[in-house]
Amino acid sequence: MSAGERFDVAIVGGGLAGLSCACETARGGLSTAVFERGAECGSKNVSGGRLYLGPLRGLLPGFWNDAPLERLVARETLTLVAGDASASFDLRAPGLAKPEHASHTVLRAKLDRWLADRAVEAGAMVLPESRVDGVVLHDGTVAGVRVGDEEIAARVVVAADGALSFVARSAELAGAPRADRLAVGAKEIVALDAGRLEDRFGLEPGRGAARLLVGDFTRGLPGGGFLYTNRDSVSMGVVVRLDAAAAAGPSGPETHALVDALRAVPEVARLLAGGETVEYSAHLVPELSFADAPPRSRPGLLVAGDAAGFVANYGFTVRGMDFAAASGILAGRAVVEAAKSGRPAEDAPGAYERALAGSFVLRDLAAARGLDRFLANDRFYGHYPRSVCALLEELFRVGAPGRGAAFRSTWKLARGTIANWRGFRDLWPARKL
Amino acid sequence: VAGEEALMRVDEKIALDAFRQDEREHIRLDAAKCRACGDRICIRTCPGHLYTLVGETGEVKVEWSGCLECGSCLAVCPNGAVDWSYPRGGCGVRYRHG
Repeated sequence: MSAGERFDVAIVGGGLAGLSCACETARGGLSTAVFERGAECGSKNVSGGRLYLGPLRGLLPGFWNDAPLERLVARETLTLVAGDASASFDLRAPGLAKPEHASHTVLRAKLDRWLADRAVEAGAMVLPESRVDGVVLHDGTVAGVRVGDEEIAARVVVAADGALSFVARSAELAGAPRADRLAVGAKEIVALDAGRLEDRFGLEPGRGAARLLVGDFTRGLPGGGFLYTNRDSVSMGVVVRLDAAAAAGPSGPETHALVDALRAVPEVARLLAGGETVEYSAHLVPELSFADAPPRSRPGLLVAGDAAGFVANYGFTVRGMDFAAASGILAGRAVVEAAKSGRPAEDAPGAYERALAGSFVLRDLAAARGLDRFLANDRFYGHYPRSVCALLEELFRVGAPGRGAAFRSTWKLARGTIANWRGFRDLWPARKL
Repeated sequence: VAGEEALMRVDEKIALDAFRQDEREHIRLDAAKCRACGDRICIRTCPGHLYTLVGETGEVKVEWSGCLECGSCLAVCPNGAVDWSYPRGGCGVRYRHG
Protein backbone atom coordinates (compact mmCIF):
# COMPACT_ATOMS: atom_id res chain seq x y z
CA MET A 1 0.00 0.00 0.00
CA SER A 2 1.87 3.08 -1.10
CA ALA A 3 0.82 6.43 0.28
CA GLY A 4 -1.53 8.30 -1.98
CA GLU A 5 -2.79 5.15 -3.70
CA ARG A 6 -6.52 5.00 -4.08
CA PHE A 7 -8.47 1.77 -4.33
CA ASP A 8 -11.61 1.52 -6.40
CA VAL A 9 -13.14 -0.48 -3.53
CA ALA A 10 -12.15 -0.91 0.11
CA ILE A 11 -14.01 -3.76 1.78
CA VAL A 12 -14.04 -4.04 5.55
CA GLY A 13 -14.30 -7.60 6.80
CA GLY A 14 -13.10 -10.83 5.22
CA GLY A 15 -16.22 -12.89 5.86
CA LEU A 16 -18.83 -14.25 3.48
CA ALA A 17 -20.22 -10.82 2.56
CA GLY A 18 -16.88 -9.02 2.17
CA LEU A 19 -15.10 -11.77 0.25
CA SER A 20 -18.07 -12.44 -2.05
CA CYS A 21 -18.08 -8.73 -2.81
CA ALA A 22 -14.33 -8.76 -3.47
CA CYS A 23 -14.67 -11.62 -5.97
CA GLU A 24 -17.17 -9.54 -7.96
CA THR A 25 -15.33 -6.23 -7.93
CA ALA A 26 -11.95 -7.80 -8.70
CA ARG A 27 -13.46 -9.84 -11.56
CA GLY A 28 -15.06 -6.60 -12.75
CA GLY A 29 -11.59 -5.10 -13.11
CA LEU A 30 -11.69 -2.81 -10.06
CA SER A 31 -8.73 -2.48 -7.72
CA THR A 32 -10.01 -4.12 -4.56
CA ALA A 33 -8.66 -4.28 -1.02
CA VAL A 34 -10.18 -6.41 1.77
CA PHE A 35 -9.26 -5.38 5.31
CA GLU A 36 -9.48 -8.30 7.73
CA ARG A 37 -8.69 -7.74 11.41
CA GLY A 38 -7.90 -11.41 12.07
CA ALA A 39 -4.60 -13.14 11.41
CA GLU A 40 -6.37 -14.75 8.43
CA CYS A 41 -9.88 -14.68 7.01
CA GLY A 42 -12.25 -16.81 9.06
CA SER A 43 -10.25 -16.65 12.27
CA LYS A 44 -12.78 -14.28 13.89
CA ASN A 45 -15.91 -15.76 12.41
CA VAL A 46 -18.44 -18.05 14.03
CA SER A 47 -21.69 -19.44 12.70
CA GLY A 48 -24.12 -21.99 14.04
CA GLY A 49 -23.08 -24.05 11.17
CA ARG A 50 -25.52 -24.31 8.29
CA LEU A 51 -25.34 -22.60 4.88
CA TYR A 52 -28.29 -22.69 2.47
CA LEU A 53 -26.64 -22.89 -0.92
CA GLY A 54 -29.81 -23.07 -3.02
CA PRO A 55 -30.44 -19.32 -3.21
CA LEU A 56 -26.76 -18.65 -3.97
CA ARG A 57 -26.60 -21.03 -6.90
CA GLY A 58 -28.89 -18.67 -8.81
CA LEU A 59 -26.41 -15.81 -8.36
CA LEU A 60 -23.23 -17.76 -9.02
CA PRO A 61 -23.87 -21.12 -10.69
CA GLY A 62 -21.18 -23.69 -10.06
CA PHE A 63 -19.08 -21.43 -7.86
CA TRP A 64 -19.72 -23.27 -4.59
CA ASN A 65 -19.09 -26.76 -5.98
CA ASP A 66 -15.49 -26.75 -4.78
CA ALA A 67 -16.16 -25.05 -1.43
CA PRO A 68 -14.98 -26.93 1.67
CA LEU A 69 -18.44 -27.85 2.92
CA GLU A 70 -18.79 -30.31 5.80
CA ARG A 71 -21.92 -32.40 5.17
CA LEU A 72 -25.08 -32.16 3.10
CA VAL A 73 -27.99 -32.05 5.55
CA ALA A 74 -30.14 -35.12 4.90
CA ARG A 75 -31.96 -35.28 8.22
CA GLU A 76 -33.76 -32.51 10.10
CA THR A 77 -34.90 -32.96 13.68
CA LEU A 78 -36.79 -30.59 15.92
CA THR A 79 -36.73 -31.59 19.58
CA LEU A 80 -38.81 -30.19 22.41
CA VAL A 81 -37.07 -30.53 25.75
CA ALA A 82 -38.57 -30.59 29.22
CA GLY A 83 -36.07 -31.55 31.89
CA ASP A 84 -34.86 -35.08 31.12
CA ALA A 85 -37.77 -35.68 28.75
CA SER A 86 -37.73 -34.80 25.08
CA ALA A 87 -40.02 -35.22 22.11
CA SER A 88 -38.66 -35.12 18.57
CA PHE A 89 -40.05 -34.55 15.12
CA ASP A 90 -37.77 -36.09 12.60
CA LEU A 91 -37.64 -35.59 8.85
CA ARG A 92 -35.79 -37.56 6.23
CA ALA A 93 -36.84 -36.67 2.71
CA PRO A 94 -35.17 -36.83 -0.69
CA GLY A 95 -36.17 -33.21 -1.17
CA LEU A 96 -33.63 -32.10 1.46
CA ALA A 97 -30.86 -32.96 -1.00
CA LYS A 98 -32.34 -31.14 -4.00
CA PRO A 99 -29.91 -28.45 -5.13
CA GLU A 100 -32.46 -25.65 -4.81
CA HIS A 101 -33.24 -26.48 -1.15
CA ALA A 102 -30.00 -28.06 -0.03
CA SER A 103 -28.17 -26.88 3.05
CA HIS A 104 -24.70 -27.83 4.15
CA THR A 105 -22.95 -27.69 7.49
CA VAL A 106 -19.84 -25.51 7.42
CA LEU A 107 -16.95 -24.43 9.60
CA ARG A 108 -16.09 -20.81 8.98
CA ALA A 109 -12.34 -20.95 9.52
CA LYS A 110 -12.09 -23.34 6.55
CA LEU A 111 -14.84 -21.86 4.39
CA ASP A 112 -13.73 -18.24 4.69
CA ARG A 113 -10.11 -19.12 3.97
CA TRP A 114 -11.22 -20.85 0.79
CA LEU A 115 -13.31 -17.84 -0.22
CA ALA A 116 -10.35 -15.53 0.48
CA ASP A 117 -8.26 -17.63 -1.94
CA ARG A 118 -10.97 -17.19 -4.59
CA ALA A 119 -10.92 -13.41 -4.04
CA VAL A 120 -7.13 -13.29 -4.37
CA GLU A 121 -7.34 -15.45 -7.49
CA ALA A 122 -9.79 -12.93 -8.96
CA GLY A 123 -7.25 -10.18 -8.33
CA ALA A 124 -8.29 -8.73 -4.97
CA MET A 125 -5.76 -7.80 -2.31
CA VAL A 126 -6.59 -9.37 1.05
CA LEU A 127 -4.93 -7.60 3.95
CA PRO A 128 -5.03 -9.56 7.20
CA GLU A 129 -4.20 -8.12 10.64
CA SER A 130 -5.77 -4.85 9.51
CA ARG A 131 -8.36 -3.44 11.87
CA VAL A 132 -10.37 -0.63 10.32
CA ASP A 133 -11.18 1.98 12.95
CA GLY A 134 -13.56 4.12 10.94
CA VAL A 135 -14.32 5.76 7.65
CA VAL A 136 -12.90 8.89 6.06
CA LEU A 137 -15.56 11.45 5.15
CA HIS A 138 -15.20 14.15 2.51
CA ASP A 139 -18.14 16.53 2.23
CA GLY A 140 -20.59 13.90 3.39
CA THR A 141 -19.21 11.23 1.07
CA VAL A 142 -17.33 8.23 2.42
CA ALA A 143 -13.95 8.42 0.74
CA GLY A 144 -11.85 5.78 2.47
CA VAL A 145 -11.05 3.98 5.70
CA ARG A 146 -8.80 4.58 8.67
CA VAL A 147 -6.45 1.82 9.81
CA GLY A 148 -4.66 3.09 12.90
CA ASP A 149 -3.05 6.39 11.93
CA GLU A 150 -3.25 5.63 8.25
CA GLU A 151 -5.97 6.87 5.92
CA ILE A 152 -6.59 4.71 2.89
CA ALA A 153 -8.52 6.34 0.07
CA ALA A 154 -11.19 4.43 -1.82
CA ARG A 155 -13.88 5.41 -4.30
CA VAL A 156 -16.36 3.13 -2.56
CA VAL A 157 -16.23 1.46 0.87
CA VAL A 158 -18.20 -1.69 1.64
CA ALA A 159 -18.88 -2.37 5.34
CA ALA A 160 -19.05 -6.13 5.81
CA ASP A 161 -17.77 -6.08 9.37
CA GLY A 162 -20.43 -8.08 11.14
CA ALA A 163 -23.20 -7.55 13.66
CA LEU A 164 -21.40 -4.81 15.60
CA SER A 165 -20.34 -2.93 12.43
CA PHE A 166 -18.09 -0.22 13.80
CA VAL A 167 -17.77 1.03 10.23
CA ALA A 168 -21.52 1.63 9.79
CA ARG A 169 -21.44 3.37 13.18
CA SER A 170 -18.56 5.62 12.25
CA ALA A 171 -20.48 6.56 9.08
CA GLU A 172 -23.54 7.33 11.20
CA LEU A 173 -25.65 4.64 9.55
CA ALA A 174 -26.01 2.76 12.82
CA GLY A 175 -26.06 3.66 16.50
CA ALA A 176 -24.57 1.86 19.47
CA PRO A 177 -25.41 -1.86 19.59
CA ARG A 178 -28.72 -2.54 21.32
CA ALA A 179 -29.59 -5.66 23.27
CA ASP A 180 -33.11 -5.68 21.80
CA ARG A 181 -31.66 -6.00 18.30
CA LEU A 182 -29.26 -8.83 19.04
CA ALA A 183 -29.03 -12.43 20.14
CA VAL A 184 -25.98 -14.05 21.64
CA GLY A 185 -24.72 -17.44 20.56
CA ALA A 186 -22.23 -19.67 22.38
CA LYS A 187 -20.93 -22.83 20.80
CA GLU A 188 -18.62 -25.77 21.29
CA ILE A 189 -16.97 -27.88 18.64
CA VAL A 190 -17.11 -31.46 19.89
CA ALA A 191 -14.77 -33.84 18.10
CA LEU A 192 -16.36 -37.17 17.12
CA ASP A 193 -14.94 -39.53 14.50
CA ALA A 194 -16.98 -39.85 11.32
CA GLY A 195 -18.01 -43.48 11.92
CA ARG A 196 -19.41 -42.93 15.39
CA LEU A 197 -21.00 -39.66 14.32
CA GLU A 198 -22.82 -41.30 11.40
CA ASP A 199 -23.96 -44.20 13.61
CA ARG A 200 -25.32 -42.02 16.36
CA PHE A 201 -27.06 -39.53 14.12
CA GLY A 202 -28.29 -42.27 11.80
CA LEU A 203 -26.61 -41.00 8.65
CA GLU A 204 -25.39 -42.38 5.35
CA PRO A 205 -21.65 -41.81 4.91
CA GLY A 206 -20.93 -38.17 4.17
CA ARG A 207 -24.46 -37.00 4.90
CA GLY A 208 -25.29 -34.68 7.79
CA ALA A 209 -27.91 -33.92 10.40
CA ALA A 210 -29.31 -30.65 11.68
CA ARG A 211 -30.91 -30.89 15.10
CA LEU A 212 -32.69 -27.91 16.58
CA LEU A 213 -33.85 -27.95 20.17
CA VAL A 214 -36.27 -25.78 22.07
CA GLY A 215 -37.04 -26.12 25.74
CA ASP A 216 -36.28 -25.40 29.34
CA PHE A 217 -32.50 -25.68 28.95
CA THR A 218 -32.58 -21.98 27.98
CA ARG A 219 -34.16 -21.36 31.41
CA GLY A 220 -37.11 -19.52 29.93
CA LEU A 221 -35.09 -17.29 27.61
CA PRO A 222 -36.41 -17.07 24.03
CA GLY A 223 -33.98 -19.03 21.91
CA GLY A 224 -32.84 -22.55 21.41
CA GLY A 225 -30.06 -25.01 20.86
CA PHE A 226 -28.53 -26.62 17.80
CA LEU A 227 -26.42 -29.59 16.82
CA TYR A 228 -24.89 -29.62 13.34
CA THR A 229 -22.76 -32.55 12.24
CA ASN A 230 -19.49 -31.66 10.56
CA ARG A 231 -17.15 -34.20 8.93
CA ASP A 232 -15.65 -35.35 12.21
CA SER A 233 -17.09 -33.03 14.81
CA VAL A 234 -20.39 -31.62 16.00
CA SER A 235 -21.19 -27.93 16.36
CA MET A 236 -23.26 -27.66 19.54
CA GLY A 237 -24.56 -24.41 20.93
CA VAL A 238 -27.31 -22.11 22.09
CA VAL A 239 -28.65 -18.79 20.81
CA VAL A 240 -30.76 -16.60 23.09
CA ARG A 241 -32.14 -13.11 22.79
CA LEU A 242 -29.80 -10.66 24.42
CA ASP A 243 -32.51 -8.34 25.75
CA ALA A 244 -34.24 -11.24 27.51
CA ALA A 245 -30.92 -12.43 28.93
CA ALA A 246 -30.23 -8.92 30.22
CA ALA A 247 -33.70 -8.51 31.70
CA ALA A 248 -33.71 -11.86 33.53
CA GLY A 249 -32.54 -10.25 36.77
CA PRO A 250 -29.82 -11.28 39.21
CA SER A 251 -31.18 -14.83 39.42
CA GLY A 252 -31.21 -15.17 35.62
CA PRO A 253 -29.07 -17.78 33.90
CA GLU A 254 -25.45 -17.25 32.92
CA THR A 255 -25.00 -17.57 29.18
CA HIS A 256 -22.14 -20.08 29.37
CA ALA A 257 -24.20 -22.32 31.67
CA LEU A 258 -26.87 -22.68 28.98
CA VAL A 259 -24.39 -24.55 26.79
CA ASP A 260 -23.78 -26.99 29.65
CA ALA A 261 -27.54 -27.28 30.20
CA LEU A 262 -27.96 -28.24 26.55
CA ARG A 263 -25.21 -30.83 26.69
CA ALA A 264 -26.78 -32.29 29.83
CA VAL A 265 -30.09 -32.96 28.08
CA PRO A 266 -30.06 -36.80 27.95
CA GLU A 267 -30.81 -36.87 24.23
CA VAL A 268 -27.84 -34.58 23.54
CA ALA A 269 -25.52 -36.24 26.07
CA ARG A 270 -26.15 -39.59 24.37
CA LEU A 271 -25.27 -38.22 20.92
CA LEU A 272 -22.09 -36.52 22.12
CA ALA A 273 -20.89 -39.07 24.70
CA GLY A 274 -17.13 -39.49 24.58
CA GLY A 275 -16.80 -36.51 22.27
CA GLU A 276 -14.06 -34.12 23.23
CA THR A 277 -14.63 -30.38 23.17
CA VAL A 278 -11.90 -28.77 21.06
CA GLU A 279 -13.08 -25.17 20.75
CA TYR A 280 -15.41 -22.73 22.50
CA SER A 281 -16.70 -19.64 20.73
CA ALA A 282 -19.28 -16.87 21.03
CA HIS A 283 -20.84 -14.44 18.60
CA LEU A 284 -23.66 -11.94 18.26
CA VAL A 285 -26.51 -12.38 15.79
CA PRO A 286 -28.54 -9.40 14.53
CA GLU A 287 -32.23 -9.91 15.32
CA LEU A 288 -33.75 -6.78 13.92
CA SER A 289 -37.02 -7.24 12.20
CA PHE A 290 -37.08 -6.08 8.63
CA ALA A 291 -39.37 -3.19 9.57
CA ASP A 292 -36.62 -1.48 11.60
CA ALA A 293 -33.78 -2.23 9.20
CA PRO A 294 -31.30 0.64 9.41
CA PRO A 295 -30.25 2.48 6.24
CA ARG A 296 -27.64 0.39 4.48
CA SER A 297 -26.00 2.86 2.13
CA ARG A 298 -24.92 6.45 1.76
CA PRO A 299 -22.72 8.11 -0.85
CA GLY A 300 -19.48 6.15 -0.96
CA LEU A 301 -20.63 3.38 1.41
CA LEU A 302 -22.57 0.15 1.12
CA VAL A 303 -23.35 -2.13 4.08
CA ALA A 304 -23.71 -5.89 3.57
CA GLY A 305 -24.25 -9.10 5.52
CA ASP A 306 -24.73 -9.12 9.31
CA ALA A 307 -23.61 -5.47 9.39
CA ALA A 308 -26.81 -4.61 7.49
CA GLY A 309 -28.89 -6.86 9.75
CA PHE A 310 -29.60 -9.37 6.97
CA VAL A 311 -30.63 -12.25 9.24
CA ALA A 312 -33.95 -14.05 9.42
CA ASN A 313 -34.87 -15.73 12.70
CA TYR A 314 -37.34 -18.50 11.95
CA GLY A 315 -37.40 -19.63 15.57
CA PHE A 316 -36.20 -23.14 14.82
CA THR A 317 -33.27 -21.82 12.84
CA VAL A 318 -31.42 -18.57 12.20
CA ARG A 319 -30.55 -17.89 8.58
CA GLY A 320 -27.91 -15.34 7.65
CA MET A 321 -24.95 -16.76 5.76
CA ASP A 322 -26.66 -17.00 2.37
CA PHE A 323 -27.97 -13.45 2.82
CA ALA A 324 -24.43 -12.33 3.64
CA ALA A 325 -22.89 -13.90 0.56
CA ALA A 326 -25.74 -12.71 -1.67
CA SER A 327 -25.69 -9.14 -0.38
CA GLY A 328 -21.91 -9.11 -0.85
CA ILE A 329 -22.27 -10.30 -4.44
CA LEU A 330 -24.97 -7.70 -5.13
CA ALA A 331 -22.92 -4.93 -3.51
CA GLY A 332 -19.94 -5.91 -5.64
CA ARG A 333 -21.98 -5.91 -8.83
CA ALA A 334 -23.52 -2.56 -7.92
CA VAL A 335 -20.05 -1.03 -7.49
CA VAL A 336 -18.91 -2.47 -10.85
CA GLU A 337 -22.02 -1.07 -12.53
CA ALA A 338 -21.64 2.32 -10.85
CA ALA A 339 -17.96 2.51 -11.78
CA LYS A 340 -18.96 2.62 -15.45
CA SER A 341 -20.75 5.90 -14.88
CA GLY A 342 -17.57 7.46 -13.53
CA ARG A 343 -19.39 8.49 -10.33
CA PRO A 344 -19.23 5.27 -8.28
CA ALA A 345 -19.61 6.90 -4.85
CA GLU A 346 -22.85 8.62 -5.91
CA ASP A 347 -24.29 5.84 -8.06
CA ALA A 348 -23.42 2.67 -6.13
CA PRO A 349 -26.03 3.13 -3.33
CA GLY A 350 -28.93 3.33 -5.79
CA ALA A 351 -27.67 0.38 -7.81
CA TYR A 352 -27.23 -1.66 -4.61
CA GLU A 353 -30.72 -0.86 -3.31
CA ARG A 354 -32.27 -1.79 -6.67
CA ALA A 355 -30.34 -5.06 -6.76
CA LEU A 356 -31.38 -5.92 -3.18
CA ALA A 357 -35.01 -5.08 -3.89
CA GLY A 358 -35.01 -7.46 -6.85
CA SER A 359 -33.30 -10.30 -4.99
CA PHE A 360 -34.33 -13.04 -2.59
CA VAL A 361 -32.53 -11.20 0.22
CA LEU A 362 -35.14 -8.52 0.85
CA ARG A 363 -37.98 -10.77 -0.31
CA ASP A 364 -37.18 -13.52 2.21
CA LEU A 365 -36.40 -11.04 4.97
CA ALA A 366 -39.75 -9.33 4.37
CA ALA A 367 -41.45 -12.72 4.59
CA ALA A 368 -39.88 -13.21 8.04
CA ARG A 369 -41.14 -9.84 9.26
CA GLY A 370 -43.00 -10.03 12.56
CA LEU A 371 -41.65 -13.50 13.35
CA ASP A 372 -39.33 -12.11 16.00
CA ARG A 373 -42.25 -10.59 17.90
CA PHE A 374 -44.22 -13.82 17.61
CA LEU A 375 -41.23 -15.79 18.86
CA ALA A 376 -40.67 -13.52 21.86
CA ASN A 377 -43.53 -15.35 23.63
CA ASP A 378 -41.75 -17.19 26.44
CA ARG A 379 -44.46 -19.88 26.58
CA PHE A 380 -42.84 -21.42 23.50
CA TYR A 381 -39.67 -22.12 25.49
CA GLY A 382 -41.11 -23.61 28.66
CA HIS A 383 -44.83 -24.24 28.73
CA TYR A 384 -45.26 -25.84 25.30
CA PRO A 385 -42.22 -28.16 25.36
CA ARG A 386 -43.31 -29.30 28.85
CA SER A 387 -46.90 -29.79 27.74
CA VAL A 388 -46.05 -31.72 24.57
CA CYS A 389 -43.69 -34.04 26.44
CA ALA A 390 -46.32 -34.63 29.14
CA LEU A 391 -49.04 -35.28 26.55
CA LEU A 392 -46.98 -37.82 24.66
CA GLU A 393 -45.99 -39.50 27.90
CA GLU A 394 -49.64 -39.76 28.83
CA LEU A 395 -50.51 -41.11 25.40
CA PHE A 396 -47.85 -43.84 25.47
CA ARG A 397 -48.39 -44.85 29.10
CA VAL A 398 -50.06 -48.21 29.41
CA GLY A 399 -50.59 -50.49 32.31
CA ALA A 400 -51.80 -48.34 35.16
CA PRO A 401 -54.66 -50.07 37.00
CA GLY A 402 -58.03 -49.47 35.39
CA ARG A 403 -56.61 -47.81 32.29
CA GLY A 404 -57.64 -48.57 28.80
CA ALA A 405 -56.43 -46.61 25.86
CA ALA A 406 -55.06 -43.31 27.04
CA PHE A 407 -56.81 -41.16 24.47
CA ARG A 408 -59.38 -39.75 26.89
CA SER A 409 -56.91 -38.78 29.60
CA THR A 410 -54.53 -37.39 26.98
CA TRP A 411 -57.27 -35.23 25.52
CA LYS A 412 -58.15 -33.99 28.98
CA LEU A 413 -54.53 -33.02 29.57
CA ALA A 414 -54.36 -31.36 26.15
CA ARG A 415 -57.43 -29.25 27.01
CA GLY A 416 -55.69 -28.04 30.12
CA THR A 417 -52.37 -27.17 28.48
CA ILE A 418 -52.48 -26.60 24.73
CA ALA A 419 -55.89 -27.05 23.13
CA ASN A 420 -57.48 -24.10 24.89
CA TRP A 421 -58.17 -20.39 24.48
CA ARG A 422 -54.66 -19.42 25.62
CA GLY A 423 -53.05 -21.73 23.12
CA PHE A 424 -55.26 -20.39 20.38
CA ARG A 425 -54.25 -16.85 21.28
CA ASP A 426 -50.53 -17.75 21.29
CA LEU A 427 -50.70 -19.33 17.86
CA TRP A 428 -53.26 -17.05 16.19
CA PRO A 429 -50.69 -14.38 15.21
CA ALA A 430 -48.88 -17.07 13.20
CA ARG A 431 -51.57 -16.89 10.49
CA LYS A 432 -50.08 -13.59 9.30
CA LEU A 433 -46.53 -14.88 9.10
CA VAL B 1 -22.69 -43.68 28.32
CA ALA B 2 -24.78 -40.54 28.48
CA GLY B 3 -23.88 -38.01 31.13
CA GLU B 4 -20.69 -39.83 32.03
CA GLU B 5 -18.32 -36.98 31.33
CA ALA B 6 -17.78 -34.29 33.90
CA LEU B 7 -18.73 -30.90 32.50
CA MET B 8 -15.82 -28.61 31.76
CA ARG B 9 -15.66 -25.24 33.40
CA VAL B 10 -15.95 -22.31 31.03
CA ASP B 11 -12.37 -21.16 31.72
CA GLU B 12 -11.19 -24.65 30.77
CA LYS B 13 -13.11 -24.35 27.52
CA ILE B 14 -11.55 -20.97 26.74
CA ALA B 15 -8.14 -22.48 27.45
CA LEU B 16 -8.74 -24.72 24.41
CA ASP B 17 -8.93 -21.70 22.11
CA ALA B 18 -5.94 -20.20 20.33
CA PHE B 19 -5.09 -16.60 21.19
CA ARG B 20 -2.47 -14.10 20.22
CA GLN B 21 -2.29 -11.79 23.18
CA ASP B 22 -2.36 -8.04 22.70
CA GLU B 23 -0.31 -6.28 25.36
CA ARG B 24 -2.93 -3.53 25.47
CA GLU B 25 -6.37 -4.21 26.92
CA HIS B 26 -9.24 -3.75 24.45
CA ILE B 27 -11.93 -3.50 27.14
CA ARG B 28 -11.92 -0.76 29.74
CA LEU B 29 -14.53 -0.31 32.46
CA ASP B 30 -15.58 2.97 34.01
CA ALA B 31 -15.20 2.02 37.68
CA ALA B 32 -17.54 4.75 38.96
CA LYS B 33 -20.33 3.68 36.65
CA CYS B 34 -19.80 0.00 37.54
CA ARG B 35 -20.00 0.75 41.27
CA ALA B 36 -23.30 2.55 40.77
CA CYS B 37 -24.77 -0.43 38.89
CA GLY B 38 -26.95 -2.82 40.86
CA ASP B 39 -27.66 -5.53 38.35
CA ARG B 40 -24.25 -6.31 36.81
CA ILE B 41 -25.81 -7.79 33.72
CA CYS B 42 -22.34 -8.21 32.22
CA ILE B 43 -21.42 -10.89 34.74
CA ARG B 44 -24.33 -13.11 33.71
CA THR B 45 -24.32 -12.35 30.03
CA CYS B 46 -20.67 -12.67 28.99
CA PRO B 47 -20.43 -16.12 27.33
CA GLY B 48 -16.83 -16.36 28.53
CA HIS B 49 -17.83 -15.55 32.12
CA LEU B 50 -14.97 -13.06 32.15
CA TYR B 51 -16.63 -10.44 34.36
CA THR B 52 -16.34 -10.83 38.12
CA LEU B 53 -17.13 -8.85 41.20
CA VAL B 54 -14.05 -8.10 43.28
CA GLY B 55 -14.47 -8.64 47.02
CA GLU B 56 -16.38 -6.09 49.01
CA THR B 57 -15.33 -3.05 46.99
CA GLY B 58 -18.11 -3.68 44.50
CA GLU B 59 -15.65 -3.23 41.69
CA VAL B 60 -16.22 -5.19 38.49
CA LYS B 61 -13.19 -6.66 36.80
CA VAL B 62 -12.91 -8.12 33.31
CA GLU B 63 -10.43 -10.81 32.28
CA TRP B 64 -10.11 -9.31 28.79
CA SER B 65 -7.33 -11.64 27.65
CA GLY B 66 -9.85 -14.49 27.30
CA CYS B 67 -12.34 -12.38 25.36
CA LEU B 68 -14.22 -14.23 22.60
CA GLU B 69 -14.94 -10.86 20.94
CA CYS B 70 -18.72 -11.20 20.72
CA GLY B 71 -19.52 -7.73 22.13
CA SER B 72 -22.40 -8.82 24.39
CA CYS B 73 -21.10 -6.78 27.32
CA LEU B 74 -21.05 -3.64 25.19
CA ALA B 75 -24.65 -4.19 24.12
CA VAL B 76 -26.12 -5.08 27.53
CA CYS B 77 -24.41 -2.51 29.78
CA PRO B 78 -27.18 -0.09 30.75
CA ASN B 79 -24.75 2.60 31.93
CA GLY B 80 -22.33 2.87 29.04
CA ALA B 81 -19.51 1.76 31.34
CA VAL B 82 -17.92 -0.58 28.82
CA ASP B 83 -15.33 0.96 26.51
CA TRP B 84 -14.88 -1.84 23.99
CA SER B 85 -13.07 -2.18 20.72
CA TYR B 86 -11.80 -5.16 18.80
CA PRO B 87 -8.23 -6.10 19.72
CA ARG B 88 -5.61 -4.66 17.39
CA GLY B 89 -5.21 -6.29 13.99
CA GLY B 90 -3.96 -9.89 14.27
CA CYS B 91 -4.49 -10.03 18.05
CA GLY B 92 -7.08 -11.73 20.21
CA VAL B 93 -8.90 -15.00 19.70
CA ARG B 94 -8.04 -17.07 16.64
CA TYR B 95 -10.76 -19.58 15.87
CA ARG B 96 -9.47 -22.72 14.18
CA HIS B 97 -12.94 -24.12 13.48
CA GLY B 98 -15.47 -21.30 13.83
